[in-house]
Amino acid sequence: MSTIVAALEARSPAKVAASVAPLAVLLLALPYAIDPYQTILFTYGLIMAIAALGFNLLLGYTGLLSFGHSAFFGVGAYAVAFMVKYLGLGSMELFILGAIAASVIVTALFGFVCVRYTRIFFSILTLALSQVLWSLAFKFFWVTGGTDGLRVPTPTLLGVSLGRTEDKVTFLAHSYYYYVLVIFFACVALMWVIVNSPFGKALQGIRDNETRAEFVGIQIWRYRLMAFLVSGVFTGLAGALWVPLNGLTTPDILYWPFSGEIVFMTVLGGFRTFAGPIIGAVAFNYLKTYAVGFTVYWQMFLGVVLVFLVLVLPTGIVGTAGQLGARLRRAA
Amino acid sequence: MSLLATKSLTKHFGETRAVDGVDFTVRDGEVLALIGSNGAGKTSLVNLISGLIGADSGQILFRGADVTQESVHDRIRAGIARSFQLVNLFDHLACLDNVALAIFSREGKTRKLVSLARRDGAVWQEAGDVLHQFGLDGKARVLAGGISQGERKLLDVAVAYALRPRLLFLDEPTSGVSTREKAPIMDIISSIVRSRGITAVIIEHDMDIVFKYSDRIVVMHQGSILADGTPDEIRENETVTTTLIGKPTS
Repeated sequence: MSTIVAALEARSPAKVAASVAPLAVLLLALPYAIDPYQTILFTYGLIMAIAALGFNLLLGYTGLLSFGHSAFFGVGAYAVAFMVKYLGLGSMELFILGAIAASVIVTALFGFVCVRYTRIFFSILTLALSQVLWSLAFKFFWVTGGTDGLRVPTPTLLGVSLGRTEDKVTFLAHSYYYYVLVIFFACVALMWVIVNSPFGKALQGIRDNETRAEFVGIQIWRYRLMAFLVSGVFTGLAGALWVPLNGLTTPDILYWPFSGEIVFMTVLGGFRTFAGPIIGAVAFNYLKTYAVGFTVYWQMFLGVVLVFLVLVLPTGIVGTAGQLGARLRRAA
Repeated sequence: MSLLATKSLTKHFGETRAVDGVDFTVRDGEVLALIGSNGAGKTSLVNLISGLIGADSGQILFRGADVTQESVHDRIRAGIARSFQLVNLFDHLACLDNVALAIFSREGKTRKLVSLARRDGAVWQEAGDVLHQFGLDGKARVLAGGISQGERKLLDVAVAYALRPRLLFLDEPTSGVSTREKAPIMDIISSIVRSRGITAVIIEHDMDIVFKYSDRIVVMHQGSILADGTPDEIRENETVTTTLIGKPTS
């Protein structure tokens, strides 16, 4: 086999699909294997994984660290809440379309300002702009509900009002879980195609060496803006899926610590790998939930975990597992 | 016929006249060496022409068109490519990906979001061919950050070459490599450039390389052009030898 053919074989979609098929079967059977509370908890993890996937298109593939992704998550969630409150809508599909449209608008505005900068300047700009949205949600309480937030009732899925024929917990642990799972798979597949597309290669080129990227003819800021848009839309979509599960949206999800959580998830799983943010989001979700239940000093606990990660596992869970696997293969 | 011409091209950095009213021409199909001591303005001139820095005044004409205000992107589209004195590569991408990315960009395919790069067999085949020409086919799957300095120098040129330029600037293609490696590197680059009829401008300090591989030599000194001629003419030019090497003691 020639080197070129071997290089292409390693990236075969069929191989990737075959390797994740057992996991997909496991996820499909999950609601029948664990109790509803655990399924709902896992659904939160899947939703955050969509947000982290979007975030990592910027961090892992474009080399831009955003501290403002809470804004896009919040825009998705509030778009749904506004559609309920002001338009009286209840269709999840309309919620998703509305959230995507709102995310595109806000992300395009933010991106136009931010992507001309890199490193700390980019991070601070995204942080500052996200806090503008937070303060709007916080202060314009007659529109946003302020700290009381806005309630979002059980939506209809594919035009069917399942929530009215089964109790909410059953709805969330079964119908809604599968709805989220399908969207999660679609998002993973789409993101996998994007990062393995010529566009994705261009982003990785920009991340590695901006000067060389420019001198192969890539117009840096346009690609960064497109990556920012895709990233924001994924995160906005996650916000839209999250709010019916949570039943309520408040300004907390627009506040900067929530952006920090998205960064944490991605670093926990490993931002140099495609699967890292997914694993990191699910793991972080469990970590936070059980830490909150275990101690009132849960933030301190998560802080210690973060320090441990940076010092001992800088490549995250998936990166470290990959390195261990490679070491074992060499030893065998 | 001149492929490139600069007219009174000027770039000052504060009090330093890096490029001072330079009229510089490159003829179609030639391999030209640009020499001079450190700080003579060679790299600044190439940076101006390639678009890395903007000119204070003057004009850059490429194939008769004024490209002075054009972006790097537009200059590359017009046919100007370059390698760098300090190698610029995508270190976390495989060597094959480095070259393929240049080809995807050249073909305007990097705008494609929802199509797998691997499916474009023609691009990967061409990338493999380019690596083969540069003697790097064995490194196709190795990360660019993990190959030797000599190989990195070659890959840097290969990436620029993959853009199919009309004019290729090679900024010190053998700097930082051992004396033993220099000739093989230049042999590869020279044979590719000449066989494809690419016009090349080589910035180089090694005079053996300059005299062996170039058709014409332009000497820069303190931001201006000091001399311009064939290798034999430059070898015999007393002003050049005095300025670059110093006056012989009697």
